[in-house]
Amino acid sequence: MKYMDEFRNPEVADKISSLIRKEAEGLGSVKFMEVCGTHTMAVERFGIRSGLPGNISLISGPGCPVCVTPKDYIDKAIALAGLKDIIIVSFGDMLKVPGTSSSLLKEKAKGRVKIVYSPLDALELAEKNKDKKIVFLGIGFETTAPAVAAAIKCAKNKKLKNFFVYSGHKVMPPAMRLLAKDRLINIRGFLCPAHVSAIIGFKPYADISRKYGIACVISGFEPLDILQSILMLLRQVISGKAKVENQYMRVVKPSGNSKAQRLIYEVFSPKDSDWRGLGIIAKSGLALSKKYADFDIENNINMPEVKTSIDKRCICGSVLKGIKTPLECALFSKKCTPLNPQGACMVSSEGTCSAYYRYKR
Amino acid sequence: MKKITLAHGSGGKLMQDLIKGLFIKNLDNPFLGKLGDAAIIKYGVRELAYTTDSFVVKPLFFPGGDIGKLSICGTVNDLAVSGAVPKYLSCGMIVEDGFSYSDLERITISIKNVCETAGVSVVAGDFKVVEKNSVDGIFINTSGIGEVLRDSDVSIPRIKPGDKIIISGTIGEHAASILLAREDLKFKARISSDCAPLNGLVSSIICRDIKFMRDPTRGGVATTLNEISLSSGYDIAIEEAAIPIKKSVRTLCEILGFDPLYMANEGKLIAIVSKNSAANILSKMKKHALGKNAGIIGEVRKDRDKKVYLKTHSGGARILEMSVGEQLPRIC
Repeated sequence: MKYMDEFRNPEVADKISSLIRKEAEGLGSVKFMEVCGTHTMAVERFGIRSGLPGNISLISGPGCPVCVTPKDYIDKAIALAGLKDIIIVSFGDMLKVPGTSSSLLKEKAKGRVKIVYSPLDALELAEKNKDKKIVFLGIGFETTAPAVAAAIKCAKNKKLKNFFVYSGHKVMPPAMRLLAKDRLINIRGFLCPAHVSAIIGFKPYADISRKYGIACVISGFEPLDILQSILMLLRQVISGKAKVENQYMRVVKPSGNSKAQRLIYEVFSPKDSDWRGLGIIAKSGLALSKKYADFDIENNINMPEVKTSIDKRCICGSVLKGIKTPLECALFSKKCTPLNPQGACMVSSEGTCSAYYRYKR
Repeated sequence: MKKITLAHGSGGKLMQDLIKGLFIKNLDNPFLGKLGDAAIIKYGVRELAYTTDSFVVKPLFFPGGDIGKLSICGTVNDLAVSGAVPKYLSCGMIVEDGFSYSDLERITISIKNVCETAGVSVVAGDFKVVEKNSVDGIFINTSGIGEVLRDSDVSIPRIKPGDKIIISGTIGEHAASILLAREDLKFKARISSDCAPLNGLVSSIICRDIKFMRDPTRGGVATTLNEISLSSGYDIAIEEAAIPIKKSVRTLCEILGFDPLYMANEGKLIAIVSKNSAANILSKMKKHALGKNAGIIGEVRKDRDKKVYLKTHSGGARILEMSVGEQLPRIC
């Protein structure tokens, strides 16, 4: 199958893996972070780690949008779903994440939550249900933000009065800079997100490699993409010259997608944002801009008050950064399990805590 | 307060917990406790297999089948993989007020047709109408009795290291067809459900070298293999490259971020067979229309960690978990 089988060829994968093993020999331990959730997923799914030498570790970054969405946001979304005349519309994987006392999946059982595959489907729901307020949960990075922005623009053109967005959108570079700065983590290279880079281009990574000496390789999602990118990162580390390289040339262009960038910053404006596990990061979130404030649910109703309880013992922040292991957490495998996750690293099936729960207990 | 959620019904870990913690706890007996697809009951010198299943599919009609066909195939297949020839079925329908007569007729005729194909008869029935919205259109329950084949000896304790694992055909089509048929997904591809009675296929291959069979319905191949590994105590290793899958299903899964190994099948079986007879059983299976895409996908290992390992397409390895809930499309 074009663009699938070619990038999963086991012989080529084996060749790259042996090159990685050979070149990494005697290097000491090297930590790379795959930033994007889909990379984490692919690393797990294709068993990439099983082919890497022991001194190269891949740690999973904050790139799963669902995992880094704070509990408070989920509690508010659940509370919104309980309001008369409101239908919550969301991407599917958001539904699993538990809030303080319920989850959107449980609310879905009551018929107040609908899953869509595109923000435009939410728009269609709004047109069909004029007596209801359709609230779309805007979650995701620069990849999904343009599509949501397009839906909002479209709603404005159609003069829809019952379509709203609850924006939890985030942008990637500020979080990467925060992790790069943290000397405790000691990341030597970033496997930069593929689709995010397709939108934002190379520029945002330039100062990460220059200022912090961290190798950056924009990587595709297939096994050969990821293995080649790890080899490219490794070669940068060996040469001692950190730079931004693009492995995913078939999709990512240096300047990114300027049309999508314009769309994002027409409809949204930057705001400080809370990341589960990392805390509040300045200018890392996207709120609806003044011009589109009519579509911002927070601007149009009195948002329900929620009491979010967060167990202070959760050490997800440190686990996410690779400073501590889940076994050092008081909640791990007791109060915090894949079926009842407390922190970001247990929420995603590929999160570090979830993986530890399955394999290393 | 504890509540039952959709995830409790999706065939994964939550459902296992519910079965053990509630149903077995209260209703246990030597038949139920085996947790087989069907209970095997001694009746004189013969053995009878008995099973039941309920069907709540949405939409009611989908490419490749409908709730009627599904309700017969489900029970027929549970009997077939227990090594029995399905004979007599009961069929209970709960229908909401206002349900279309022609739809009910269409479902009934579909039941008739698949009963003819499978060589079974509906010999008892029940019909209830409830207030509108009390059920989603129509729910169907069937139960069935079959006679255990003389050449059959399928049971978990017979599984031993070295045994081969055969799948009877391409995976994931039922779940994919239902996904596509729900109107919220606007893909142009058309994928037909694999919904089919498996008793003919089973009769064509049954022999004592087949040690165990199960149809990988809810939770898919991954969950079924985990159940087999858990109850036999042995590890299982399978190869992704050996698993038959249609291009259309694979593409759909890639787009949505679904794993076809967790997608439901309604016309496939997994057989655990002795190593030496695997090739022979496979070639018999391939001669049957429902087994032409069959393949050996892996084997039972001697290690007893009760884990299922997958060797991936690109040569990596990973543990294949039991599903823990519904698969949902990923954002990113």
